[in-house]
Formats: sequence, C-alpha cells, structure tokens
Amino acid sequence: MTLKLPIYMDHAATTPCDPRVVEAMLPYFTEKFGNPGSRNHSFGWEAEDAVDNARRQVASLIGADRKEIIFTSGSTESNNLAIKGAANMYQKAGPGEGKPRGHIITEIIEHKAVLDPCKRLEKEGFDVTYLEPGPDGVITRAMVESAMRDDTILVTIMWANNEIGVISEIPEIGKLCHEKNVVFHTDATQWVGKAPTDVNADNIDLLSMSGHKIYGPKGVGALYVRRRRPRIRLVALQEGGGQERGFRSGTLNVTGVVGLGKACELCAAEMDSERDRLLALRKKIEDKVVSELDVVQVNGHPERRMPHLTNISFGFVEGESLMMATKEIAMSSGSACTSASLEPSYVLKGLGVGDDLAHSSLRISLGRWTTEEEVDYAADKIVEAVRKLRDLSPLYDMHKEGIDVSKIEWQAH
Amino acid sequence: MAYSDKVIQHYEKPNNVGNFGTTAEVKQRKDVGVGIVGAPECGDVMQLQIKVDDQGNIEDARFKCFGCGSAIASSSLATEWLKGRTVDEGLQIKNTQIVEELSLPPVKIHCSVLAEDAIHAAIADYKKKNGIEN
Repeated sequence: MTLKLPIYMDHAATTPCDPRVVEAMLPYFTEKFGNPGSRNHSFGWEAEDAVDNARRQVASLIGADRKEIIFTSGSTESNNLAIKGAANMYQKAGPGEGKPRGHIITEIIEHKAVLDPCKRLEKEGFDVTYLEPGPDGVITRAMVESAMRDDTILVTIMWANNEIGVISEIPEIGKLCHEKNVVFHTDATQWVGKAPTDVNADNIDLLSMSGHKIYGPKGVGALYVRRRRPRIRLVALQEGGGQERGFRSGTLNVTGVVGLGKACELCAAEMDSERDRLLALRKKIEDKVVSELDVVQVNGHPERRMPHLTNISFGFVEGESLMMATKEIAMSSGSACTSASLEPSYVLKGLGVGDDLAHSSLRISLGRWTTEEEVDYAADKIVEAVRKLRDLSPLYDMHKEGIDVSKIEWQAH
Repeated sequence: MAYSDKVIQHYEKPNNVGNFGTTAEVKQRKDVGVGIVGAPECGDVMQLQIKVDDQGNIEDARFKCFGCGSAIASSSLATEWLKGRTVDEGLQIKNTQIVEELSLPPVKIHCSVLAEDAIHAAIADYKKKNGIEN
C-alpha cells in the first residue's frame, strides 16, 4: 500500500466526519427537514424523534439521563453557558451591590473558552483562582481543596488537556465539590468519546463536549446539566423560543444533532479497541523519537495522558522550521510563532517548560484512521527533520561544546 | 504561512552552512569575525562568521541559524552576498534588500533585521580583533 500524503495527525484540532455519521445525517437535510418545535404535523414529529434519539445516544455515552443533555453549537458555547450561567445563578450577591459575588476555581492551562469566560466574570465582580499544575500538568483534588473558600460557588477543571493530553483528577475533584456543595463543571471536549465517562460515578454537574472532536460534524456540541442530587440551574445566555428547557433558545441544528448522536454511538461501541490501538501507536512514535534523539522531552505526566495525543519538545530547533521540515505531516506547533506572535504556548509555559523548549514542540494527535505505516513514516520524518535542523543550529553546537545555552545573556530583540 | 519560492529554496538547500571552528577556536582567530544575534526565547538565534583576507576582503562566510524558514533563508542569503565584498561593503547590505529579494511578508521582516544585525556584529568583531576604528 502506498502512503497518501499529507498525513493528518491533528485530531485534537478536529476530526473528519465518520461516513456512517454523514449517512445518518443526510435524510435530515432534505426529506426529513422538519422543525422539532412544530408540534402539529408529522414533519415536526419526525424531527423531534430524531432529536430524542440523538439525546439518548449522547446521554448513553456519558451515563446521563437524556433530559440532562442540552444541545449547543459546540464546546465553546457549552463552556460559556456552564460557567457564566452557573456563576450568575449561584452568585452570593448581584452586580452593583458592592459585595463580593462569589469565588470560582479554575486552572491556568484551561482552553481559552474557559479562561476567557472566567476573566469576564472577574471583571464583573467574581473572584477567580487560577490553579497552577506542577510540571506533570495534573490538577489534583488536593490542589482544588486548598483553594476552596466559604464563598466558592463553582469549580471548572478540564478533564483532558487539549495541548498535552494530561488527565486531571476529575472524579476526585467532583467528589470534593459535592462534599462542599460547590457546582462542578468540566470541559471534557478532549476526553468524551475516547475514555469511559459516567457523570454519576464521576460526580459531575456540568460537562461540555463537542461533535467535531469525535468524528461528528462541526457546529454542534452538548452541555450535560445535572437534574438530580443536586439539580443544577443556569441563567441562560441566549433567550427566545425556550428550546432546550429554556437553557438554550433557538431552533435546533437537527442534522448536526443527529450527527452528534451517531458519533457518540460509534465512540461507545469502538472505544475500548480504539484506545488500545491508539496507545500502541502513540508509544511507537514516542519511543522512536526518544531513542534516536538527544535533548527531547515528552511533555506532561508519563501515564495520566490521553492515548491518542503526545506533545514532544525538541531542544535547539525552532518550531516553525520544524513544521516546515515535516510539512507532509499535519501537526500543531507548540509555538504560536505561526500566528504572527512570538509567544510560546501558554500551556507549556504553565507546566514550567522553558521558553526555548516551548518554542520547539510538536503536538501529534492520532485518530480513527491513523495507520501504523503512517506512524512509522511520521516518526522517521520527525527524527530526520530534527537532525537536519540541528545541523543548522548554533545552539546545538554550543550544547555539544558544553556551553549552557540558558546561561548566555542573549540580547532579546 | 505561505513562503515565497526563494525562501523555500534557501531553506531546502541553504548556502554556506557551518563555521570556521569551535566557539573557543574562532575567538582566537583574528581573520574571523563572529556575530551572534537574537535570543532562544524569541525563537531566533543567528550566528554569522566571516573570514577576511589581508586586503580586507571577505573571502568566505558561514552561518548557523536557530529560527523559522525566513530566518534561515535570510542568513543563507546574507552569507552569499557577503562573499567577495570588502568589510566596509558588507556594511552596505540593508535589511530592506533582503526583504525584497526573499519577498518576506510583514510578520517576517524581523528576520531580515536580524540578518543585518548579524552582519554588523560579525564585522564589528573582526574590526575589534584587528584594532580597526569604525
């Protein structure tokens, strides 16, 4: 079999739609186009049945009741609704009362779709604690516990990190929150569909997820909102027709919802075998790169990481030129250089990875159709590219001559 | 990032990669001027070395670069342009000429500035070693 280039290894950014998902969606564009809110005719009933079925499929993947699933446009909206909605519902004082409105706990390596809503709430009078994980990237129950205050109303910690794949102590943090009567939200965008999830056993009140990270369509996601023990209420962001139990007005994206449902069903069926397969492939890349090159580091906790994702830093080579040298492989760079800013990844910096290494990191994320042949090709190509760039690198020469590059006084420009 | 063909050519096959000895060796050599500019945390470090003959002509130039494709191309081009010039002629190379030659986009202009800085630093090092006033 000949290898088809370029190879896609950026599944943490987005995944292709599974053809079985597309097939399930197709009838809802044309012949079954009804509005699920139309209660008076069969077109509406048909669409409502499809949405109900999807709700059941999503709920089943995470051990929830179908009434607890709110469909949204994706994880960004789910995070905004969960965080702003819970803060405004459970606030200790209203805006303009001149009193502290409540305390929220999050962490510095969250996705921007969590950090920015938290920053917004801070401006509006809430207190926010941003926990700093250690070098392994894990947020533990103990870290959250030590930040808890009498006025803490919400904890939001991501399940698996999108840049490094590190898994935090979510069930344990959930348990703590329930003991303290604090609402617990987790952004599970990178976790759900890839690892077993049970919102009851894992003590979760609010959970965000997205369709396009799990081989479903873009533009659709869900927010799990606990209905019992405790019943979680939210202040809606978007008002109108009162769809989704009033949490999220607006006619549902029926085709997207059907696709999300199907994607969840497929993930549930294939999760166990996929996890083992992807873990073996990920380890193959890591082992090859680490055994053939010096001054490399796999970022984050050695074991508590997602099976499909790895983030590797290569000393003395620069991220953008590394991407250029491996252009047949679609990956993410740890450096934001490509986006015209010189800032290295805030996630890697948050782990205490030095600027030099943070600049030269690759995030490789594998998926449902990644083959062993592709993994072998990518690993060889990365090793070759790093060697080529190190032949060009004055820093690697200095390193070999025994000069500590970090001790030189550079003239930043 | 869309690179121009010239940047890609230099990046794929850079000219004059290397040095005239280890860091300690070139420090001792009076016929070699060394310029190292940039900083690892900014994502660019350029090292330029020039070898100058008795008449003050740059007979050879070498570079090493930690940086993006444009930085590698800018330094490769700088070595090409330096060879055969006198030291003072080397100082005439301007970053805008590099921008033009490589069709660098605005976000990559700093790479050309860095190359110009590296040229100036290497020539200044040569002059200092040989007691030449600017």
